[in-house]
Amino acid sequence: MSAVAIDGVWKFFGDYPALRDVSFNVEGGACLALLGRNGAGKTTLLRILAGLSKTSKGSITILDQDARAQAARRQIGVLGHGIGVYEELSAFENLRLFARLYGIADPVKTSMEWLERTGLERVRDGLVREFSRGMRQRLAVARAFLHNPRLLLLDEPFTALDDRAIKVLQDLLKNALAEGRTIIMSTHQLREALELATDVALINRGKLAFRGLRTREMVEDPGWLYRHYGEA
Amino acid sequence: MNFLRLAWAVAAKDLRSEVRSKETINASLSFALVILLLFSFAFDPDSEQIREISGGLLWLVFAFAGTLILNRSFARELVNDCLDALIASPASGAQLFLGKCLGNYVLLLIVECLCLPIFAVFYNIRVPRSLALLFLVMLLGTWGITVIGTLFSAMTVNLRLREIMLPSLIYPMLIPALMGSIHLSTILIAGDPLAADDQIWFRVLVGFDLIFTILSLGLVEIVLVG
Repeated sequence: MSAVAIDGVWKFFGDYPALRDVSFNVEGGACLALLGRNGAGKTTLLRILAGLSKTSKGSITILDQDARAQAARRQIGVLGHGIGVYEELSAFENLRLFARLYGIADPVKTSMEWLERTGLERVRDGLVREFSRGMRQRLAVARAFLHNPRLLLLDEPFTALDDRAIKVLQDLLKNALAEGRTIIMSTHQLREALELATDVALINRGKLAFRGLRTREMVEDPGWLYRHYGEA
Repeated sequence: MNFLRLAWAVAAKDLRSEVRSKETINASLSFALVILLLFSFAFDPDSEQIREISGGLLWLVFAFAGTLILNRSFARELVNDCLDALIASPASGAQLFLGKCLGNYVLLLIVECLCLPIFAVFYNIRVPRSLALLFLVMLLGTWGITVIGTLFSAMTVNLRLREIMLPSLIYPMLIPALMGSIHLSTILIAGDPLAADDQIWFRVLVGFDLIFTILSLGLVEIVLVG
């Protein structure tokens, strides 16, 4: 069964087509590396998948539902460019807020568990504004994974992460894949992404240039895909 | 119940953040005090004229001070892309909107309650006999300002000139609510009884609040996601 079905999606910003007739499916349990140069349309597509924006034309189905359906959003974890946590709240208060928004049965217990998993239990009552960059990033990872999402949408997840946060995220992603969850991540860090990915999609100026399984030659030579299917 | 619980979680988050940062309440309160002070130089506090314009003065202060609170309402969500995190959650646009409204409403009422005794001192106004009715007018008028202001705060959040756009957009929309609130407040502050004709303004306020609350709850999903 396809976890994500993207069918003839166009997205216009004014007259400019940021996405042009993009269609592909992502099977349940797959990890798709969404590749492309800056401005190719990766973030636009991820924002539509996350329900943050609507398509101009075409349709998107996530776990057999519309991307903006409440039931679909309950199953999606989003880690975008921003960390998505509040500066004036503590780490615990941030996680408890999102646990409530996601309808988790025991928000306090779940928040505490995720603080432990991300190594933030000792600063649980510290305000985010006092956190280091690495601590903020781990809190953002906890927020995205808090509700055990079946589909993870990650936009440049490894960018600007410190070593500890990269390790936390890589472990979580490997566990998520082992548990059969679906991951779609856009990234410029080809080596890290391709090591984890089972599938690859390359977007070039808003159009799907390549969609297929990740191959050994892609891992050995991350530039191969761009040379064969990317912009000259 | 779940609808209200989630809305309250958003409101509590806003209020908790504000208690810690005191960012908007300090700005709003000091702005309100400055306006009250400046107007007190312009009008003789002992004149009969002040009784006639007291309601107008008071609601001008509330509307100006309210804009500062409402401007920050969605703008504070832009830090760390928190607005995206909220919209991506299963909470509906209506729940998020109602939560933001409740938070703004509480903050605006706090500023108004602090302004009221200062207004009485500066303009030599005695405590009105119908203080409860005056509070009712404040509750109704403030909800109108809050609902319209919060919706337009969401609409203008990504504009560079949102600080100017928000008041330009909301004040014309608020004319019926402000007219009702000013009319009723002037009578109540003067200590005069409300005539049967005046009571229609209560209906105007209630109707305004109901219509714009329902409209805003219906429209906010389009405002937030497109």
